[in-house]
Amino acid sequence: MSPQPMISLEGVTKMFPGSQRPAVDHLDLEVGEGELVTLVGPSGCGKTTTLKMINRIIEPTSGRILVNGQDALSVDAHELRRGIGYVIQQVGLFPHRTIAENIATVPVLLEWDKGRIRSRVTELVEIMSLEESMLDRYPSELSGGQQQRVGVARALAADPPIMLMDEPFGAVDPIVRSRLQEELLDLHRRLRKTIVFVTHDIDEALYLGTRVAILNMGGILEQYDTPAAVLSEPASEFVTSFLGGERGLKRLALLPVSEVELSRGPVVDVGATPEEAREVMRRHGVDWVGLVQDGHITGWVWQSELDGRPLAELEPKEFLVSLTPDSSLREALDAVVTNRARVGVIADQGRYLGMIDLEAIAARITE
Amino acid sequence: MNSLAQQTPLFNWSWVFRNLDLIWDRTLEHLTLTGVALAVGLAISIALSVLAFARPRTYEPIASVSGILYTIPSLAVFALVAPFVGIGTFAEKFVTAEVALVSYTLLILVRNIVTGLRGVPAETKEAAVGMGYTPGQVLRLIELPLALPVVVAGIRIATVTVVGLVTVTSLLGLGGLGFFILNGLRKSIIFPTEIIVGVTLSVALAALLDVGLLWLGRRLAPWARVGT
Repeated sequence: MSPQPMISLEGVTKMFPGSQRPAVDHLDLEVGEGELVTLVGPSGCGKTTTLKMINRIIEPTSGRILVNGQDALSVDAHELRRGIGYVIQQVGLFPHRTIAENIATVPVLLEWDKGRIRSRVTELVEIMSLEESMLDRYPSELSGGQQQRVGVARALAADPPIMLMDEPFGAVDPIVRSRLQEELLDLHRRLRKTIVFVTHDIDEALYLGTRVAILNMGGILEQYDTPAAVLSEPASEFVTSFLGGERGLKRLALLPVSEVELSRGPVVDVGATPEEAREVMRRHGVDWVGLVQDGHITGWVWQSELDGRPLAELEPKEFLVSLTPDSSLREALDAVVTNRARVGVIADQGRYLGMIDLEAIAARITE
Repeated sequence: MNSLAQQTPLFNWSWVFRNLDLIWDRTLEHLTLTGVALAVGLAISIALSVLAFARPRTYEPIASVSGILYTIPSLAVFALVAPFVGIGTFAEKFVTAEVALVSYTLLILVRNIVTGLRGVPAETKEAAVGMGYTPGQVLRLIELPLALPVVVAGIRIATVTVVGLVTVTSLLGLGGLGFFILNGLRKSIIFPTEIIVGVTLSVALAALLDVGLLWLGRRLAPWARVGT
């Protein structure tokens, strides 16, 4: 089901000294090239231990780890790590080095020439939407969100095929976090890195992952599948309870509006007569009608407002929330329940595409 | 008292001008004794601190020994070292003096270097290891540079201490500016000018070196002052 594995764990076990039970117990896990796999589970489930065994920050007690087809345990640990991007929650920027020097860390280790390093840093400033003016500053002068962006830039610097991320957005505030999440998805789409991402937040795991690995205490892999599959068919009681409530809503969050067949809805062109407008309302069984002008929807009016004037002279009320084909069904649901017309309006750069209602959303989730 | 004061004014400028060369030479001697003590002390302390940091079990013995050295009076150190090194030639006196001076720097420097190394945040080290630094590179490129502000603070304290102690080596016939203090006291009629010159210049030297090191520390660790 997955492309050629970039990372593969075979029967990996980690027993910490002085501990009765293994932190990770005979774990098999394959991560395909270009995948973004999220490792999620309660604290003590071994997700961070698993991640840190991939770049050997933690050495496994037994088992085999293949990275890019190479036995990770047979090469020098520091050589292995230079080929793997690493981002941690506390960022860990070097306080005594400027932002530019921080970003250049691995290229300097790999002894790139100065010109190449400089142009790569400039490129990363672009990729991570940082500011050039930051480059000569020190980490303590940056906000938490900016620091984490620099942390990601530093991990990307030598263009490693693999990125390991250990709760990278856990310490930033929710608004910054959701922006960083979107940026990560965008980055993943553009750069096609293989990413392993640890989080304790199931919503983050479902939102970011192409596949989600749900771990139970002691590093037991309960389920490893796409977010949609995890939500629609939880593999065990543990997974069900870990997913928590609102599974339906979580599934809606994963599906785009474009997955649902849109109806044209009760709309008429502003050039139509009031009679034609009444006919449309009758057909849809509603007491309002949307008005379309040159392919754009301008708003809607109550049936009672049709007083014989041409439709173009009426003052339509706006649909408060506007959706695009990329909006999630969860956003669509929100639009439907907050709109008095009980529909969500979908437009692409102003061009009216159609409407979605409660029934269409429910049908998609129960199918 | 009255007649004494008339014979020797409290401060005799003409003595100072007549002895400018000597004052300059003794100041240089003072600086040399201080500089050598700090350089040797720092080298030994860095080695001991890195050991104590890398092998935490060695910290206690290292700290205890340097603590005991610190408590031995400098005179006693001269007495202990002199029989082995001798105090005949200038070189022998110099070594005897330096053994005492260096032993006083160790406690302050080792404590500060170890504290500085231990203060490096765990996440900074983890990131360094994760980026592919070898353990030696982590120490050289991350931990020691980050310990710098605390180390410099230790060097400043050690410097002020050593500048004061150097005057005591006058008993060995060295002493830098301490030479004047001892000389002034030894005269049958106490000669305040020499004592004042010795004390004032010694204090000024300590203050000057302290400020100089403060400045140097800020130059070397510009990052330590910015932000937060």
